[in-house]
Amino acid sequence: MTSVETRPVLRVERICKKLGGKQILNEVSFELRKGELKVLIGPSGGGKSTLLQCINFLIPPDSGRIWLKDQEIHIHRKRDLYAYRQKVGMIFQDFNLFDHLNALENVAIALRKVKKMAKREALERALQELNRVGIGDKAALYPAQLSGGQKQRVSIARALAMDPEVMLLDEPTSALDPELIGEVLTVIRNLAQDGMTMILATHQIGFIRGLADEILFMQEGQIIEQGIPLDLLTAGKSSRTQSFCSKLHELSGEQEL
Amino acid sequence: MEADFILQELMPALNRGLLKTLLLILPSASIGLCVGVLVGTARVYGHPLLKKLGDGYAGLFRGTPLVIQLFVLYFGLPNLGIYLEPYNAAVLGFILCTGAYQSEYVRGALLSIRRGQLLATQALGFSTLQAMIWIMVPQALRRALPGCGNEIIYLIKYSSLAYIITFIELTGEGKILATRYFRFTEVFLAIGFYYLVMVTLADFGLKKLEKRLYIPGFGKG
Ligand SMILES: Nc1ncnc2c1ncn2[C@@H]1O[C@H](COP(=O)(O)OP(=O)(O)O)[C@@H](O)[C@H]1O
Ligand SMILES: [Mg+2]
Repeated sequence: MTSVETRPVLRVERICKKLGGKQILNEVSFELRKGELKVLIGPSGGGKSTLLQCINFLIPPDSGRIWLKDQEIHIHRKRDLYAYRQKVGMIFQDFNLFDHLNALENVAIALRKVKKMAKREALERALQELNRVGIGDKAALYPAQLSGGQKQRVSIARALAMDPEVMLLDEPTSALDPELIGEVLTVIRNLAQDGMTMILATHQIGFIRGLADEILFMQEGQIIEQGIPLDLLTAGKSSRTQSFCSKLHELSGEQEL
Repeated sequence: MEADFILQELMPALNRGLLKTLLLILPSASIGLCVGVLVGTARVYGHPLLKKLGDGYAGLFRGTPLVIQLFVLYFGLPNLGIYLEPYNAAVLGFILCTGAYQSEYVRGALLSIRRGQLLATQALGFSTLQAMIWIMVPQALRRALPGCGNEIIYLIKYSSLAYIITFIELTGEGKILATRYFRFTEVFLAIGFYYLVMVTLADFGLKKLEKRLYIPGFGKG
């Protein structure tokens, strides 16, 4: 939780999305200020992934408006859209690294081909980002040779290299073996402490407790509850978030909440 | 006498034919592969209209015998006022035919790449074209290489059909010689040997290429 400016970096207004005849997102709105970390939680199928993918138009919303700083984004202006996506980093649950490129090239490729950076400069920057997430020594390895935790850290480095204004993280640790979750959470914590503006979908309640500026509880395509972790997560407060999280904890067998 | 025939008649004729055959194969194989990549990519990620066109093209050229395609190009097109030299008709026919098959291998390979990687390119700000060129096609080619190589081997052999539309390549030269001297067995055995050598060399080159392009996680180690 670092300095928070007043002007939102990202503004999402009344996003709606229907898929397969079903209303997946129903008028979802929120804002992210500089340096804020907001957390999306809620039952599986509630629309978290759809929302995050609507934000950078990987899934085109049916209606609603999106602004990055003062600029409204229109999906049909391709040039603007590509420029916007460069400023919005996305982390996927299953990493989505490029299988034919080693870790270093995975980070460098968008710098070279999208940002048109010179090869040498791009590789230097890529190595810098790999070091930042603690896997500079794995630069020459291919995705098939990396553990899940390492792959996710490469994907974070790949997003960071683009100098994003905002990052969208869609359950970045859900596909990981339990012993690998920690290394990725550490990277995310460092980002948050460095003042990266982020929206994070996760079930890691313990992790977000001291870190999130706000929790957005999402169910059936709507944000039905939102507030600071202290309000929503404290045992005894009868929030939907709290009861959902208790259930999560019973399931995972974690001790303290 | 026997050695004379082989050294002074057979070898010079077959070598002349071999050169012509190579002139057929090299452009057909390389341009055909490019056609296959373009059409295959269009069939998976192209505009719906482009997809239909690509599917139609591949269906047509995979669904009709190559001989018929060559006949149409060489004997049929003149009816429309288009006259092709035998060589041009043969190369065009081979490119169209092999391109259709190659597009099938490329298409299959593209479909086997997880969609998530395409999402990742979009999220990074790649245009669709950039994503194809730098991410999807390089992977698809690696996956399609065994199939594409196999198609090139086929092409080496079916290039012999060019003599039917009067382009005298290896098989054509041999056939003329065999008829003139009435020595079918020796001549056709020799031709077969020439093709065997070409295919073996191509196979060797393709295996080398596969090794060179090897990346952990793609195919066998
Ligand atoms: N392409 C699609 N067609 C139809 N329904 C979909 C599609 N994609 C997602 N859904 C549905 O949208 C709902 C929300 O999914 P998702 O955004 O992945 O939720 P979450 O990430 O919160 O688990 C789910 O019920 C899912 O089945
Ligand atoms: Mg999800």
